[in-house]
Amino acid sequence: MKAIVHVVLKKDVLDPQGKAVEAALRTLGFGEVSEVRQGKFFEITLDGSRDDARARLASMCEELLANPVIEDYRVSIPDA
Amino acid sequence: MRTVVVVFPGSNCDRDVAVALARCTGRAPDLVWHGATSLPACGLVVLPGGFSYGDYLRAGAIAAHSPIMRSVHEAAERGTAVLGICNGFQILTETGLLPGALVRNAGLRFVCRPVDLRVDGDTPFLAAFAPGERVRFPVAHMEGNYQADAETMARLEGDGRVALRYVDEAGRATEAANPNGSAAGIAAITSNSRRIFGLMPHPERVIGDELGGSDGRRFFTALADALA
Repeated sequence: MKAIVHVVLKKDVLDPQGKAVEAALRTLGFGEVSEVRQGKFFEITLDGSRDDARARLASMCEELLANPVIEDYRVSIPDA
Repeated sequence: MRTVVVVFPGSNCDRDVAVALARCTGRAPDLVWHGATSLPACGLVVLPGGFSYGDYLRAGAIAAHSPIMRSVHEAAERGTAVLGICNGFQILTETGLLPGALVRNAGLRFVCRPVDLRVDGDTPFLAAFAPGERVRFPVAHMEGNYQADAETMARLEGDGRVALRYVDEAGRATEAANPNGSAAGIAAITSNSRRIFGLMPHPERVIGDELGGSDGRRFFTALADALA
């Protein structure tokens, strides 16, 4: 199966890259943009049951994919 | 004192720090590859600067899980001193030996210049300097912006574990003197035991006047005596 993991900086951590992208979008005329937060996206192919995969993916995020000090993560396993 | 420098793929200050240790302690360090599973008996382990694993994922994140890091944790538990410089500091936070995290510089630029630092913490690593003394080391980093949650910050400040702060010429930790947006101008912190030390600046780059300064020579010479 394929799982999707999103990792983003926690709300209270300053995201200078997101801010720079936000400013560039406004410069381009996208004045409706009020905030950009930049993050990371992982597509992970793995074996096992969906329930096991959820727990294992959470461990992967805690141990490596995200730094829990500064980042939050979100795991989803879309229907194939 | 016997010292060890861990070399990761992408380390690029390992030789500089090896030269600094050899000159200042009188004994060349052992260089140990990251894939090794044991460390020689030593009084100090150094994680050098550079771009371990190309800074993939997050600076220091992959190196934090290198085989050698298990031995570094064990050595730290036994009381062996551990020094992380720049990327080494990032590895120490990623592997949980020091709290907090080092994120992208607030100005989004790689900063590479000498900075003034105030000695705030009490640790054998700063044995060369008097409390409140101002020293000058260069920085060279893209992810040197130290961040931690409010509770961790209160603990670091309360326990006197903020070891070095970016300051101006008058010794004040101002926003203008802060090259990367670090919380409270933090440039270095220590563990509760004071035996683990992480700093973003590079003392190994100023070990003689021909290199633009000798505060680094004082740093390494005194820490070798203090840790021995």
